[in-house]
Amino acid sequence: MNQVEPWVVLSFCAAIFFIGLTGLLVRRNILVVMMCIELMLNAVNLTFVTFSKQLEHMGGQMAVFFVITVAAAEGAVGLGLVIALYRTLRTVDTDDIRLLRD
Amino acid sequence: MDISPFFFYLFGGLAILFSLFVVLKKSPVASAFSLVLVFFSFAAIYAVLGAHLIAALQVLVYAGAIMVLFIFVIMLLNQDVPSFDIARTHVVIRAVAVVATVALFGAFVWVFKNSALPAARGGFSASAIEMAGGNTVVVSELMFNQYILPFEVTSILLLAAMVGAVAIAKRQKSSAEVLREAAANQRKQAGRAAVGGAK
Repeated sequence: MNQVEPWVVLSFCAAIFFIGLTGLLVRRNILVVMMCIELMLNAVNLTFVTFSKQLEHMGGQMAVFFVITVAAAEGAVGLGLVIALYRTLRTVDTDDIRLLRD
Repeated sequence: MDISPFFFYLFGGLAILFSLFVVLKKSPVASAFSLVLVFFSFAAIYAVLGAHLIAALQVLVYAGAIMVLFIFVIMLLNQDVPSFDIARTHVVIRAVAVVATVALFGAFVWVFKNSALPAARGGFSASAIEMAGGNTVVVSELMFNQYILPFEVTSILLLAAMVGAVAIAKRQKSSAEVLREAAANQRKQAGRAAVGGAK
């Protein structure tokens, strides 16, 4: 076992992605939900880098650069939304956010 | 792939362990600190895969900027209440979710294991990158030649996100406050008019 096959690395990325997806669906704290989104984005980034290495092509690493930028923007706007939401509803629980249903 | 199995399995195991902590820990602060460790493990795996610039960006942007923002917001809202409420979901839905997730993960692994090389190899083999001056040089040259337009669009995106985040998170005046301010302005103007009339 002195060689890591590409499919092992890709499966590892998929495992992290599904852990993040499970957290996204299971957790009710909106901050933890956002953390799970970051986890999924990271898994996709690692998939890009793995394919970049496997295919000897740099496009994957460029895509990761742009995904990191978009994730930073998403994090800033998302946390701003969380703060605005908390100011209005005094909660960060996603089950209590039902302004459109009531 | 010519990567070190020891470091890959070490940091891969750490990443899986701590990402499980992110999902399973009850307190958001514990989740956030586990996520920092996941990001560091990912940076190590990027370095193992030879993506040195991405590894540095991962530490700077994710572990540095984004996580500080998360921890800042957690502390600001002071909502460190446990919230792992899997019990709120119906048991049938829980079972279906577990089966669906495991099946989808199995499908992914099967596809990854059995598919051929998805595209033709490019020209950036490990030795070619070494010849060109290393990963950072190669990525930077691509970024400022072939990918210059997306790179510039990125700056507009960051500006828009910054303005948007400030606009959303800023305290908005309630309508009562707006009315009170308008009344105060009117009184001030009336007072000024009265003083002018007295002169």
